[in-house]
Amino acid sequence: MPFACIFVPDFPVQAVLRAEPGLRSQPVAVLEGKTPLQKVFAVNEKARRIGVEPGMPRLQLEECGDLALRPRSSLAEEDAHATLLECAQTFSPRVEDDACDTLLLDLAGLEALFGPPPKIAHDLRRRVSELGVEANVAVAANADTAVLAARGFSGVTVIPEGQEAERLGSLPVDVLFMRGHGFQPSHSPDGASEAQDAARLLEILERWGIHDLRSLAALPEVALSERLGQRGVFLQQLARGATFRDLVPVEEPPVFEKTIELEYPLVLLEPLAFVLSQLLQEICARLAAYALATQELTLQLELADGHFDDTGTDCVETGFHPAQPNETRQPFTRILHLPVPLLDPKVFLKLLQLDLNANPPGAPIRKIHLTAKPTRPGAAQSGLFLPPSPEPEKLELTLARIAGVVGSDHVGSPELLDTHRREGFNMQRFAPREPETAAKSTTSVVLLNGKSGLPSQAKRKICSCLESEKVADFSSPLAPRNDNPSGLSFCGTTEAAPSLKLPSFGNAQGAHNLVTALRIFRPPVRAVLTIRDGKPAHIMCSKRETMQGEILWTAGPWRSSGDWWEHEGWARDEWDIAVQEKSGIALYRLVRNLLGGEWLVEGSYD
Amino acid sequence: MFSSWVCDPALGRPVDWRCEDIAGFVSTAFPKLAGVVPASRLEVRPAPEMAPSGVPELDALAGGLLRGHLTEVCGAASSGRTSMLLAALAAATQRQEACALVDVSDAFDPASAAAAGVDFGRLLWVRCGKTFSPQRHRDTEKNKKSEMREGHDFSRAEKRAKFQRALAPEGAKTEQALRAVDLLLQSGGFGLVAMDLGDVSVKLARRVPLTSWFRFQRAVENTPTILFAVTPVPCAQNCAALLLRVQSSVVSRQSSGKLSAIGSHLSEKLAHTQILEGFRVEGEILRSRFSGGRIARSFTSRVERKPVQSVTAAFTTKAVRTG
Repeated sequence: MPFACIFVPDFPVQAVLRAEPGLRSQPVAVLEGKTPLQKVFAVNEKARRIGVEPGMPRLQLEECGDLALRPRSSLAEEDAHATLLECAQTFSPRVEDDACDTLLLDLAGLEALFGPPPKIAHDLRRRVSELGVEANVAVAANADTAVLAARGFSGVTVIPEGQEAERLGSLPVDVLFMRGHGFQPSHSPDGASEAQDAARLLEILERWGIHDLRSLAALPEVALSERLGQRGVFLQQLARGATFRDLVPVEEPPVFEKTIELEYPLVLLEPLAFVLSQLLQEICARLAAYALATQELTLQLELADGHFDDTGTDCVETGFHPAQPNETRQPFTRILHLPVPLLDPKVFLKLLQLDLNANPPGAPIRKIHLTAKPTRPGAAQSGLFLPPSPEPEKLELTLARIAGVVGSDHVGSPELLDTHRREGFNMQRFAPREPETAAKSTTSVVLLNGKSGLPSQAKRKICSCLESEKVADFSSPLAPRNDNPSGLSFCGTTEAAPSLKLPSFGNAQGAHNLVTALRIFRPPVRAVLTIRDGKPAHIMCSKRETMQGEILWTAGPWRSSGDWWEHEGWARDEWDIAVQEKSGIALYRLVRNLLGGEWLVEGSYD
Repeated sequence: MFSSWVCDPALGRPVDWRCEDIAGFVSTAFPKLAGVVPASRLEVRPAPEMAPSGVPELDALAGGLLRGHLTEVCGAASSGRTSMLLAALAAATQRQEACALVDVSDAFDPASAAAAGVDFGRLLWVRCGKTFSPQRHRDTEKNKKSEMREGHDFSRAEKRAKFQRALAPEGAKTEQALRAVDLLLQSGGFGLVAMDLGDVSVKLARRVPLTSWFRFQRAVENTPTILFAVTPVPCAQNCAALLLRVQSSVVSRQSSGKLSAIGSHLSEKLAHTQILEGFRVEGEILRSRFSGGRIARSFTSRVERKPVQSVTAAFTTKAVRTG
């Protein structure tokens, strides 16, 4: 199984030279550190020839006139590394990102595509060179051997299987301790201790007179283990080219995005739907191939430098704008957040259409960029006896359509705020929770509904079970209580004649959770009140003709105030009043704004 | 099984013929009647599934709310119809069913609903009445931005929005509500879909096309969805499987603890000594296609017309203030 290694010597310098090709003919040193204490981090071959070494302080470099000094650029290094990785991945799908300057490729099975390994090595070096980076490429049957050969030999090296020890033998021992560069300056304690350990081992080997890998490979293994431990044995294995390890390939996170640049700007939303449909289908097919779904869709539209005429479909090109000639229009972005992971291009298309109808881009569209954020698809199976709940796809479409009818801020679930202020609630996105337990819902169905669709035998069985265990949920307002005077039972087990006694007022039965509802008037209705003996006696309301006349009954006032510590304080007196209307007595909530002094009818009890 | 005694001329004695035999005999003897299906062979409409309404008295009277059918509750202002609606919503959400309320007049009070026990996590509230169109929306946003630039008071934009909302014709609100209900019913999966037309004028409520009610009825048919409509007067006609009329008397509590109904006496001098205790709501079945309650069944068993005798029940509601 052959492996190829790409090693870029003096990688920080080459990254800088890639950005500034004019410096290739000069000696270049890359500096690292803060300004007064800058030191040489990496040099190229020409700088090495004039005596510049890594670790030298900047002050010593002032005598070198031709030497070009550049600060270390992590951006340039990342860019160069990404380019190298991309180049390597064009050859092999299995690439190990060993270090910033070292990449390892698995060449197994590539002969049919690119030829024999030596040809692949030459092609690799040529392609890397075309990208502005000079690299060493080595091919060996062993991954570690390929890395050592690439770091030790310049140019292209091909080591046939079985000749690893012989070919590596001429390399100096230092090559075993070469570490790849990181993108950022590393001052971590681990890195420092590792460097110290490497320096100690190197010193020991130097004292033993071991200068190359051949000498190290020839040492007796047991004696080496006694003196240097397992680390020494591993180094010897490396020198012999006898190690074996698996490749750890880089797995790029899949990106689910599509971009299309249009030949002419799109003015109408209808043709846009065709383009979006194609993009969505491609993205969804890709997501399906990865067994993923999406919960967030981002649509970016690059708009033309024009604007819509509000009245129609014509587009007016404004052309050059003298005041802001370099101004670029921000892309029009819409983000669809879905409550559950979905993978249906039709649903996505309809949602995008509805959203764009509600929020039109306002200019012709030149470029469309669609991104899907991948998530794992939801795996939920509803129980047989769970109460009905809307399908997420249909619900999203329905909510979007209703939002198109009444407005997006007028659809949702209310959420009460911790305040006594009027209208103290927020609108939230409607996302019904999954029913909690099947057992509970089954209980309610059987208890409360004698015609639940279950087989009668099963119904009797469950009912008898519930009766025997007395598990009826009497805390629930839905369940019949024991003190039900009418004697009716939804289970059908009570055979007493149902005498429909109307509960007397004040009896807790049946009324324990029945709340007198208030219907809010939005906005509140302004009224003119006549005060008699300190309480409202007559009401006149111009907007509601029914709401006028003598007040039959009054309760109140109930005074409340709040937020006086903020800018929008409020204080009010609330009254409950009864007014005779044609259809009967109507009960209203009357409010006097203590700050403004006006009377408002806030709602009616119903 | 229907059977009949028919005298067979061949045998000269009566024989026991089943209805199938009679049908065969009739079709043979009278070829014109061959395509006519006897009434005894018509499929019996299955009894609907009932769900509790949250008002035990109503359940005892009518058997509950009908799944797959329209239940209409009509009544004047302060008649207790909204209290019934909240009770039904609370019961449905506590059964862990997803519910939707299409609020034509934007009159829903979340505080009352919370007190009634409605689980907001399962309630979709559609507030009709906003004049909405993309271009107008864009203009409004533009105006808002310009006002922000010019440092104008926010209350101006708020007043304009209120004015626009007030300008929204009542008919447009009803139209929005009908479209929203249509979409919700077509979507499916809701346990209860309620349409609150309570504050709509009688004239407009009667103008809701009968075809809409028929469409709604067809949409919920054979589904577990309860369609619940609150109207000022009966509107849905034959489309409503259960039509209830409610009326109430308001009851207050005096400082002495004595309960009294409003209207039976004039107002007391001291207003602060009184508190609204609640409603005494009386419900009457005007029409019931299917009746689950035993009392009601005796009067309206599978009869799609008004019961020959008034069938009523009463319950009480409790004001939030009374705790």
